[in-house]
Amino acid sequence: MKNKVLRNAQWATLKKEKRKVKKEGQKQRKKEAEALGDKAPPKQIPRTIENTREADITTVDRDDEEVTFDITHDEYESYFSKTYVPKILITSSDNPHSKTIHFIRELTKIFPSSECQWRKRSSVKKMIQSAKEKDYTDVVVINEDRRVPNGMLVSHLPDGPTAYFKISNVKLTKDMKYKNIIKEFTTHRPEVILNNFQTRLGQAVSRMLASLFHYDPQFKGRRAVTFHNQRDYIFFRHHRYEFKSQKRAALRELGPRFTLRLKWLQKGTFDTIEGDYEWIIAGKRHEMETSRRRTS
Amino acid sequence: MENDDIVWSIINKSFCSYKVNTKTQRFCRNEYNLTGLCNRSACPLANSQYATVREEDGNCFLYMKTVERSGFPRNMWEKVKLSKSLEKALRQINEYLVYWPGFTRQKCKQRLLKISQYLIRMRKLRLRRQKKLVPIQRKQDRRERRREEKALVAARLDSAIEKELLERLKRGTYGDIYNFPQVAFNKALEEEEDAEVNMEGDDYGEDEENEGEEPDEDIDEELEKELEEESENEEIEYVEADSDLERELESESDLEDIEPKASNSVKDNTRRKPRLEIEYETETLSKNPKRTV
Repeated sequence: MKNKVLRNAQWATLKKEKRKVKKEGQKQRKKEAEALGDKAPPKQIPRTIENTREADITTVDRDDEEVTFDITHDEYESYFSKTYVPKILITSSDNPHSKTIHFIRELTKIFPSSECQWRKRSSVKKMIQSAKEKDYTDVVVINEDRRVPNGMLVSHLPDGPTAYFKISNVKLTKDMKYKNIIKEFTTHRPEVILNNFQTRLGQAVSRMLASLFHYDPQFKGRRAVTFHNQRDYIFFRHHRYEFKSQKRAALRELGPRFTLRLKWLQKGTFDTIEGDYEWIIAGKRHEMETSRRRTS
Repeated sequence: MENDDIVWSIINKSFCSYKVNTKTQRFCRNEYNLTGLCNRSACPLANSQYATVREEDGNCFLYMKTVERSGFPRNMWEKVKLSKSLEKALRQINEYLVYWPGFTRQKCKQRLLKISQYLIRMRKLRLRRQKKLVPIQRKQDRRERRREEKALVAARLDSAIEKELLERLKRGTYGDIYNFPQVAFNKALEEEEDAEVNMEGDDYGEDEENEGEEPDEDIDEELEKELEEESENEEIEYVEADSDLERELESESDLEDIEPKASNSVKDNTRRKPRLEIEYETETLSKNPKRTV
């Protein structure tokens, strides 16, 4: 149909009818289920990306000793055996603007024993070198584009691994729904929740993120930092919780929130020219699609 | 063939293709110009005895023009390569321009200095790390943004976090910090509260010192104090948050159903009563005019 108004109207009516049919179907099914009682057919489960996901070969099986050995014997072995306390250096790209600066400051509040420093136009390699000498265990570099933080480089010292994440949807503490004030956060060490890191790569990333925090959280502070992985996006949240009973916990969101997406993972410290990439997102677009998209 | 004055009179009075007139000054665009200004002494066309310094691919050259060669435009300029080191180059200029006017010699040296400075700066900049410009892939960005939104919905973050926390509670990660059911416990606390009011001020500092050393294994007494503190903190929190909370998301509604809310609702009632009174007053006001009338 050529007339846009008529076309839209027709489309609307069509949609309305469809919805009506759907609603009726639902109603009928509900009635039937009630009438049949226990014999009712099982509820239909909606198809989601999560439950239609193909089994990944690298999905970690916790019972497999070989795999767990492999995972636990990486660069973070010494952290998880509690031999050192992480000390983190946080910097930004060359000329940070207010949002990035605030973001970095908030990060220092979240990572215990972390410091932020101005970049002063030094190169990442030089910075890592000097950080090694000063006994830092991790370096975090926040990249900025159009005055908004857009990337995060996390490098473990002294020898890797290094990961680059895309940052999106940054919401600072002062922009949160409840007017939190960053200065009022307690200095208790937060506990870390890592959800849904199932594959080998996911495990590597989760261990990297976990090792930015102190291994011994102070539960009194009731602060929880969450990295939740869903469809390759890692959602960062920062809450204060309270257990109402054994079955309920109340949450209050505190600090910044942002989303990470892994761009690449390198074996050693930062070296984009000669470095050994363990995983890189470039050229993986079709591989990473859901199975439905790939087959059709 | 010395007709410098004629040339200059033409350039000065009428037209020169190299001349640039600005509001304050006149500039010269001729690449052989020594100073960049358009005046009698610096004009490369109106001076048959002239010298300048130019840079080609990182090398400096001294160009000289003499009256004797003015008849052969092909051989007009004598070109001498200057040394890379500034000192040597300055000496070379001194040697070649012995019989030149002092103005030319001086300006040549100045120009050489400037050129060598910008060459050094160029090399430095080249050595420093450089920014790489990457094209924005709008389509890809949009796709990623959309998928992120959908992933966020699918994640059901709050419930996932709550579940994880409860699981930890069940597993006993928190040790003896939490003790359910708390009703009996709270009663005992309230009784003790009155007794320990004086102590509290001191306890805060001590507790915090202790945390660093042994956060998990606390003695019972300390625990009680902590819980007291916590309960106090909570009250403060929720009083602050309550008024906003009621209208906010359901996910956060968990925080509402506690005692402070009840107290708030009582407050609300007390607030409403005066409003009723006001209405009553308006009625009386409406009566008043009647009386007057």
